Amino acid sequence: MTVDRRWRIGLRVLGLGYLALLLLVPVGLIFYRTFEHGLTGVWESITTPAAIHAFWLTIEVTAIAVPLNTLFGIVMAMALARGEWRGKGLVNALIDLPFAVSPVVIGLSLILVYGIDGWLGGALADAGIQVIFSVPGIVLATIFVSLPFVVREVTPVLKEIGDEQEQAAATLGAGGWTTFRRVTLPSIRWGVAYGVVLSVARCIGEFGAVSVVSGKISGETETLTLLVEKRFANFDLAGAYAASALLALIALGTLLAMTMIKPRREEGDA
Amino acid sequence: MISVTGVTKRFGDYVALDDVSLEVPDGSLTALLGPSGSGKSTLLRIIGGLESPDLGRVTIHGEDQTSVPPQRRGIGFVFQHYAAFKHMTVRDNVAFGLTVRKRPRAEVAAKVDELLEIVGLAGYQQRYPSQLSGGQRQRMALARALAVEPKVLLLDEPFGALDAKVRADLREWLRKLHDEVHVTTLLVTHDQEEAMSIADQIAVMDHSRIEQVGSPRELYDEPATPFVMRFLGPVTRLGEALVRPHDIALSHDAQPGSHEAQVARVVHLGFEVRAELELGDGEEVAVQLPRNEADELELGVGDIVHVRSTALPRALDGGPTEREPEADALSA
Repeated sequence: MTVDRRWRIGLRVLGLGYLALLLLVPVGLIFYRTFEHGLTGVWESITTPAAIHAFWLTIEVTAIAVPLNTLFGIVMAMALARGEWRGKGLVNALIDLPFAVSPVVIGLSLILVYGIDGWLGGALADAGIQVIFSVPGIVLATIFVSLPFVVREVTPVLKEIGDEQEQAAATLGAGGWTTFRRVTLPSIRWGVAYGVVLSVARCIGEFGAVSVVSGKISGETETLTLLVEKRFANFDLAGAYAASALLALIALGTLLAMTMIKPRREEGDA
Repeated sequence: MISVTGVTKRFGDYVALDDVSLEVPDGSLTALLGPSGSGKSTLLRIIGGLESPDLGRVTIHGEDQTSVPPQRRGIGFVFQHYAAFKHMTVRDNVAFGLTVRKRPRAEVAAKVDELLEIVGLAGYQQRYPSQLSGGQRQRMALARALAVEPKVLLLDEPFGALDAKVRADLREWLRKLHDEVHVTTLLVTHDQEEAMSIADQIAVMDHSRIEQVGSPRELYDEPATPFVMRFLGPVTRLGEALVRPHDIALSHDAQPGSHEAQVARVVHLGFEVRAELELGDGEEVAVQLPRNEADELELGVGDIVHVRSTALPRALDGGPTEREPEADALSA
């Protein structure tokens, strides 16, 4: 029994130590370094015009990418969970592509398609639309990397609840849209919410793909993550820490939202 | 009246329904009875529009419904696992069909209260399905289906997920409800006792076909096939014939057509006595007889008795009483 107990305590220490070394200490140190010389400096460095622009650009990109991904995610999850169609297996595998492929590669591939010499980019440029080194490119890259979250959260929920409630709604006279709005959507709402939270976190934190396509023009195409990287590269460590702390705070906020969703989800409203 | 004509349905290579025809009279409670995999649920879902047939026609009250979507068939459908809308209260569940039809709020409220009263759930309006027992959920589902005043009510193993006691209570209750509401009802079940106790008419299905249609009594007394006979009640073999254990007479003396047998076991079950006998050729015969007859015979293990069938014997293979199942499916 004492051996058992020692094992248990040992495993706990190992597990918590691992988490602490990899997650808690680094993030904690960011906050420590940020605030060690007081709030004034922090406030100044996150209220420079470039920082404010980066903050709002990040929010703007997220505000476009997340609703689009949510819409796509729900539609695709319905198709995967309810439909029987040719090529379903292939599409199902393709949805995970953004998880499998490195964001840098995603960025480069977007340049190949939408860059000025790219497959579509020339035509778009002639029409006066610049995608790469501009906000549309950042949005595209962000959508790409956060595409799978809602689909992957909602599909298993749809499969689990089955389609009997939807059939019952049909026999009661409800058409497709009414059934979706009044029966399906309320049944999957926590799955959708969870997917949205994960998407938001990913959109705000995306660096690799955005870094390639944005051109990093300060005050124009610079997101928060790019700002952190630039300040760090320019030896503006205090500024980098401050911007990081801001990013981390947003992330913590979404995490908090997630834990608030989780218990309700486990209640299962069954 | 529901009328199904020549319906065939395949799932890939599997034939779920093979040229099935059936008529459900107006105001009747008809049971589709059969073992699992016999195609009975598929037939019900085709009538409800939840599946479409590969061949054949479905009409309800004379109108062809074969390609009409379930929304416009005027049916009520009750599922084995209730299909309750889990995120809605009992009130909202029952009101669903009415609110879809955009009925006035007051009318909906009155109708919901009336139905909950009928199904014995008055006062449960604000509960969620998760706060109800299985039997209550199924009664709620029935109220929900009845709310839209369907032309026909289709029940798919409605009591299949409930325990034996609740099952028996609900089936009595459903029969009474049907006598009050009189909506043409088709009920799928694999339980012959359930079918016999509540249905006016039973259609027995096996292997994707309808074997026989008739009243419970007709099916029991005049089964068209050995399958129907076995499915509707206990059978025993006497010589070459299948007989009901209670259609066997015992006597001490030899009678015309009787066989000699030795009593192997006697079980007293109150009013009924069951005896197992062994014929001269080693075949076993089961016999059910009332207690007073058993007492008169003074049955004891090891006694030699004479057994004969009192019913018209039904030959197992061919013979005059066996008809072709196809002939019967249509003749109901």
